[in-house]
Amino acid sequence: MNLPSELKYTKDHEWVTIEGDVATVGITDFAQGELGDIVYVEVETLDETLDKDEVFGTVEAVKTVSDLFLPLSGEIIAFNEGLEEEPEKVNTDPYGEGWMIKIKISDASQIEELLSADAYKELVSA
Amino acid sequence: MKNTALTAIHEALGAKMVPFAGYNMPVSYEGVNIEHETVRKGVGVFDVSHMGEFLISGPNALALIQKVTSNDASKLYIGKAQYSCLPNETGGIVDDLIVYQIKEEQYLLVVNASNIDKDWNHITKYNKEFNADMRNISEGYSLLAIQGPKAVEAMQSLTSIDLSQIKFYNFKVADFAGIEHVIISATGYTGSGGFEIYCKNEEVKQVWNKVFEAGVNFGIKPIGLAARDTLRLEMGYCLYGNDINDTTSPFEAGLGWITKFTKDFVNSEALAQEKERGLERKLVAFELDDRGIPRHDYDIVDGQGNKIGIVTSGTMSPSLGKGIGLGYVPKIFSEVGSKINIQVRKKAIPATVVKLPFYKG
Repeated sequence: MNLPSELKYTKDHEWVTIEGDVATVGITDFAQGELGDIVYVEVETLDETLDKDEVFGTVEAVKTVSDLFLPLSGEIIAFNEGLEEEPEKVNTDPYGEGWMIKIKISDASQIEELLSADAYKELVSA
Repeated sequence: MKNTALTAIHEALGAKMVPFAGYNMPVSYEGVNIEHETVRKGVGVFDVSHMGEFLISGPNALALIQKVTSNDASKLYIGKAQYSCLPNETGGIVDDLIVYQIKEEQYLLVVNASNIDKDWNHITKYNKEFNADMRNISEGYSLLAIQGPKAVEAMQSLTSIDLSQIKFYNFKVADFAGIEHVIISATGYTGSGGFEIYCKNEEVKQVWNKVFEAGVNFGIKPIGLAARDTLRLEMGYCLYGNDINDTTSPFEAGLGWITKFTKDFVNSEALAQEKERGLERKLVAFELDDRGIPRHDYDIVDGQGNKIGIVTSGTMSPSLGKGIGLGYVPKIFSEVGSKINIQVRKKAIPATVVKLPFYKG
């Protein structure tokens, strides 16, 4: 399982990387492996401001539909439109070209609640 | 949870295992899209040993089968298989199945794993009148589906019979992979041709291993249940529990072609009346006009957003690259070309009723 140590994680199997007040979000290598071939990523919340843990989109594998939960409160300022044509990038490059959204963070104190790579690893190995 | 005789092999291959109809079954190995494509273009092997098998024998075997099934089993001959269903007493379907005539006065019924007990009890109830010999051999038999356009060529070296001579829905009892008396049936649930192989549990590991040896130059791969579902749905084949169930009539489901009034059978009078009256709703095939994926139990709505029906099966078609599905709609929406909408979360996505199969090869 590939878990880059420089990223932050959530119990909902998302990763987060932060630059200034913007967070980039995707799903983890573990999550894409569990879902199998991803065929659709739907994000209809672009430009909306949502609270942490609200549903910002949906990821669909061949057999399953899963909600995507916002890891940090803020405005959704970008969606990776490349996933419209190539949702399989989430499988092949979950931490790179498979990124999903960017958030303008509204409450930086929430960053502390995110998990380290080690803490996330412990969660998924339990 | 039951295992098939091949569970350890699936686990060693790294399959993702899921519970299905009380069995621990492989849902995928490498990934559903690659497995799907393997069956469409090459050859793949499914372990579907969870399926149920009943052996019906004796002088009244045919009479019992004629009573409980909707298709006309008198058309069978030794070496011929027939798709059929078990109508219930209230207009619905107990199960769909394949009936094989093995020899004089002996038939094999192959039923869905999830319905083994229900089917057995249903048929037993009617057997009081016929007293045929019924044996549930499900636990002792394994079933491999070897499917795809290269199946004939890839498997020919494993048997002394000419596989290319077995016509669709025919079968031979012959040697296969070093085992005598294997049922080699030109049937399947994929629309890509190939065989279904019935053998005893203690024989199936040898068969599996020899099948993979013989297929190695043809790129043979193991295929899981997820691809089985996308393959069958691209053909529009009904899945019991999704598209047909205890409340759907064979006519609504488009199974009029296996409902023959050339004989008396369970609920045949009421079904004949239903046919006469005409249908109120029909199972239709549809493709989404925009991006999105229909799923089992999503609502079908009209242009005003009123619910008009329900999706019974849906997926992203690996071959077509778009959302496809089956669902029940009122007859006025059932013509090919009709415009309907599928409610996917907050959006009503436009869809068009199409002719089956989705995948035309």
